[in-house]
Order: sequence, then C-alpha cells, then structure tokens
Amino acid sequence: MAKVEEAAHAALEGENADELKHYYYQMLLLRRFEERTSEMYVKAKIGGYCHLNIGEEATIVGLMAALTPDDYIYTNYREHGYIIARGVPPGPVMAELFGKEGGVSGGRGGSMHLFDAEKHFMGGYAIVGGQIPLAIGAAYALRYQGKPGVVVAQMGDATTNIGAFYESLNLAKLWSLPVLFFIVNNGFGMGTSVSMGSSEPDLWKKGDSFRIHGEQIDGTDVLAVRDACRRLRQKAEQEGEPAILDLVSFRFRGHSVIDADRYRDPDNVRKGREEHDPLRNFATLLHEAEIVDDAFLKASVERVEKEVQEAIDFANASPAPRFEDMYVNMYATEVPNIPGAEDALRAAKISRGEA
Amino acid sequence: MPIITYRQALNDTLGEELARDPNVLLMGEEIGVFQGSYRITEGLLEEFGPKRVVDTPIAEEGFVGLAIGAAMLGLRPVVEIMTINFILVAIDQVVNHASKIHYMFGGQVRVPLVIRTPSGGTGQLGATHSQSFENWFAYCPGLKVVAPATPYDAKGLMRAAIRDDDPVMFIESLALYDTKGEVPEDDDFVVPIGVAEVKKQGSDVTVVSYSRMTAVAMQVAQRMEQEGISVEVVDLRSLRPLDRPTIIASVKKTNRAIVIAEDWYSYGVTAEIAATIQEEAFDYLDAPVQRVAGLEVPLPYAQELSAASKPSANSLIHAIRTVMKGKKPK
Repeated sequence: MAKVEEAAHAALEGENADELKHYYYQMLLLRRFEERTSEMYVKAKIGGYCHLNIGEEATIVGLMAALTPDDYIYTNYREHGYIIARGVPPGPVMAELFGKEGGVSGGRGGSMHLFDAEKHFMGGYAIVGGQIPLAIGAAYALRYQGKPGVVVAQMGDATTNIGAFYESLNLAKLWSLPVLFFIVNNGFGMGTSVSMGSSEPDLWKKGDSFRIHGEQIDGTDVLAVRDACRRLRQKAEQEGEPAILDLVSFRFRGHSVIDADRYRDPDNVRKGREEHDPLRNFATLLHEAEIVDDAFLKASVERVEKEVQEAIDFANASPAPRFEDMYVNMYATEVPNIPGAEDALRAAKISRGEA
Repeated sequence: MPIITYRQALNDTLGEELARDPNVLLMGEEIGVFQGSYRITEGLLEEFGPKRVVDTPIAEEGFVGLAIGAAMLGLRPVVEIMTINFILVAIDQVVNHASKIHYMFGGQVRVPLVIRTPSGGTGQLGATHSQSFENWFAYCPGLKVVAPATPYDAKGLMRAAIRDDDPVMFIESLALYDTKGEVPEDDDFVVPIGVAEVKKQGSDVTVVSYSRMTAVAMQVAQRMEQEGISVEVVDLRSLRPLDRPTIIASVKKTNRAIVIAEDWYSYGVTAEIAATIQEEAFDYLDAPVQRVAGLEVPLPYAQELSAASKPSANSLIHAIRTVMKGKKPK
C-alpha cells in the first residue's frame, strides 16, 4: 500500500463506510444546490438577497451528523444548506427561494427565512445577531420543560461583534442553558475581515470572561466538525455547559450572489478555493482510503444532478401564493378588526390597475 | 363586584394565570426579590418560586429575545419592562422577530408572549423616563397592542393577553396603578383584544382616548355635564387591532370629535384616529377634529415645564369648547 493510502486508511479508522459516503453525498448535494441556486438567481427566478453556503459544506454536514432529532437549530440568513442537511427535501426549499406556496415558509419568507417545525429547524434570521437570543430562549424552554436536546445558535464571524451575542453568552452561562454558539468563520463579514472588525480575532476566546469554553475547529473537515459537535453537544445537554465553536472555512464567493468580491485578492481566492475545498478534499480522502471508487463518485454526481433538477421542477410547478391569502397567518389567535381576503383582493386589483 | 386598584388587578391576574398554566412564567428586572419596581409582581416569587418568577440581569435585548425563543417552544412568558423607555434596546427583538415569526414562517410556529410595561409619565421623570412609545408598536403588523384604562380592563385584557397565542404589548401607566374600580371575580372573564368600549354615552362630542387619558376624559366628561355639554368617551383599549367601527359609529352620532393621547403630537396615535375619522365620517362632522397631545420636546425636568408638556384635563376642556363653538348648550 502506498503512503497516501496508508494515511487515508489511518485517518478513517473506525469510521462506517456508509456514513462517510452519506456525508460526501450530502456535501455534494449542498454544493450543487447552491450552484443551481446561483443560476436561478441570475435567471431572475429568485429575488431579494441570496447567500450561498458554497465552501461551508463540511461545517454544515458535520454539525448535522452530530445532532439528534431532539435538537433545535436557529441560523442566520445563509442557511439553505442547513435546512437541507437537516433532512428537509430540496424541492420545498427551492420553492421557497422562488416565492411559491409550496415553499417551506409558504413563500412568505424567502431565501433568508426558511423554516421547518417538524425538523426543529427554527428559522433563518436576517438581522445580524437576532437569532442568538431566540436560540438561548429555546434552550431555556428545553430546560424549563425538562426535555432532552440542545439548541444550535449558528452565526457568522462578524456577528460576534454585536451586543446580542454577549447578552446571550451571559444568560446562557448564568442559567446553564444547553446551547452551542456555532460561529461559521469564513474570515469575512461582507467585505470586513475578522481582524478589521474584532479586537480579539481568535473568536473561540470570546467566551472567556463569561466562563464559556471555546474551540477552534477546521470547518472544512467534516469529521473534525462532527466530532467536536458531538463532544460539546453532549456536555451542553448533560451538564448545561454552553460552548463556542469557531469553525474556520473559506468563503468561495462574494458575500451574496450579487457581490462582485472586489475587496479580496483574486489570487488568494483562487488559491483558497483550491486548498480549502471541503468537498474535493473529502472525495480525495475517501478515494485514497478506497471507500469510494470513480464509479461511485460519477454516480453521486448524476444522482445529485437529478435531485436538484427535480427540486427546480418542483419549485417551478408550485403555484404562487394567492392575493386573497395576503393576511393569512397575520395572527395565530383570531382577533376582530383586521383586514381579510376581500380587502387583500381589492388592494391587489387596485395595485395592478384592474380596479 | 369588589373594588380594587389597577395594580391589584394586575397582580391578581398574574398570580391566577401562573396558578392556572404551568407554562406561564414571569421574567424581568427586579420583579422577584425586589418585588417589582412598581410592585406589580409583589408576593409572586414567594408564592410561585424562582422557576416561575425569574429575575433577569439588565439585558433587555437578551431576555426579550430569550422569551420569544422560549415562547416558540411552547412557554408563555410574561415579560416586564420596567418602563417603556427601556424597550428601545430590545426593539429589534420585538419588531424584527416577535411580530414576524408567525407570518414570515408560514404559520408554522406561534409566539405566545406578553410584554407589559408602563408608558408615559408624570412627576418630573425627565427626558428619558416619561416617553410614550406605544404608537411605535401599534404601527407594527403582527403585534397586538392593548392599553387598559381601568382595573376592570387591566384584568380582562391581561388575562386575554396571556391566553392569546400572539405577541401582545401590554401598556400600563404609572399614574393609573393606584386608581380603583370594580373588577369581576369570575375566573373566565376576559376583555377581548381589538375591541374598543364606549365608556360613557354622550350626544354632543366624542372624545377618543386610551389608558391614562381615558381617566382624564371621564373626569372631564362629568364636569362638562354640569355645563350642559354631553360628552361621549370612546376608550380604545386596543391600539392594534384598532376598532375603527366603534369610533366611527360614535362620531356619526355626535358629529364632533376630539382625540387625546399622551404621546407627541406629530405622527402619534391622535394622527391615526383623526385620519380615520375624516376618511370614514367626513360628511358627519360639524367641526374639524381636534387633537390633544404632548408637546414636541424632550420632556423637561422642571416641574412647571414638565406639567405643561403633557396634555391635561384643561387641555381637553379647551378642545371641547373649541369644537362646540357655534353650537348652543342644551
């Protein structure tokens, strides 16, 4: 056996081959989903803001491999991959991006506000830091009701500079809440680098004065992410010890689909993509360890291609929300003196010049 | 019906709801060991323990957000904000999160949350402790905003708010806490959210008000009777949803309207009500709608200036006389 293969076998010792293949498949699915999402955005099938998870597949799949169905997830607005890796079919996710009734949020949320109650995917949130107090609140409810599980508060690196983060760290530790502060550190908050925005660039240290344990993890290594999440998840659930996970990865593209990424050196970006591609690196590792062969890799590409195309077809076929449903879900408890279907229809007709 | 204070009505209702539903909990600064800055939660820590009555650190954004997240998983938190001025540091959580979560996520999750807080102010509290911001929240679809004026409504609306599955802003008033009134003992008595009440029937002029200004309007209405002017008082009770039909029906009856509120004049609650009246009852008006509201200054401390910056009974009487010009007293 050649040296690389020996190293690969050693790296994967004790791993279940089917699980590894599943991680690879999930990462590939997320990559292809986001590539096609970008394409759909350019075709104007998707509106608004649209942020992709390309380059973060290992971070996402590693996290989801560590979580149990009892756990809850709150994320920021860069969350397509999280909801898919959590087990929600790509079709309703793409339909949400298209603004269709069949979307995961009925077309009312969009790319930044995906949700699935059944899978405990508690929403993508688009005010930086806003999801963190909500996440510790969910953890508070678990504790209050004596239920198992932990809550993940996912955020970007720049979110660690906002006040909501620190208030949440304090409350989480003060009240022993089972929560993981999951920092996706791709080095940039839009165009501001970590060192430009944070006096402590080692983000995992930011819990020190709250007595919260922190770790830096290679966010491009799916197994490293999974193992760290499992370990810290267990501590959070069993001991009520919140933790900070600083997952370092490389952002492949601009901040959002429409960001031309002019503030980063193109040579560094090219180099970063080559060196820190979690998908390619994992495929190479699995191949060297003889867990997958060329035929498997080729079949995976075809399977994912078909699955994402079906998601797009589903989204295209799903109807647009109806005008008369404008005010549906305005309130959960019925209340008088609010507008209804007729008001919505009349307003829509006037707005469209049909009245 | 027993006669109790507004404070007692709130305290009783919080205790009864804590006893009724194990998912109800109270959170806020100084509500437990200190027993509440204005004693609304007095005795509740002792009765229900620290799991149900939670003293928080001074971190409104953190604990309001926490309460929203906890509500998403089925708890029914009742959060006290010491005064409405302090909610500004948590407004992102209320406006960008609590109000939107049910609708934005396609109705998949509910936020059964009450935020209770005293608004407005008298007694030289100065620029940052006397403000009225209920109109900021009433502006926001997805929230329900109530502002009871009497112990009866305080009890009935608090019970409705806690049992409601939407986020409710519950607006109180420091000056009302010691006022007294009849309150039913019936455990299932609620005052519906989104419904105004004609607190006093009258035929010459409608005064639309809520919270402390309703108390002022009721006193003024009694006094005006002696002058032969019959004042109808419409107490909004809810600012969102707004019970427009009750306002309009009253104005169509009296043909004259005054709107009074403690908040600043421009862009305030009075503007919304006045606009509604001209839209829906223009042809019934015998005089322009009068608005009585706060002076537009950072509220000054000095006693004379402080008192003059807020609407008073005299301001309302002046407005009534203005709209009554040209009409002979009966």
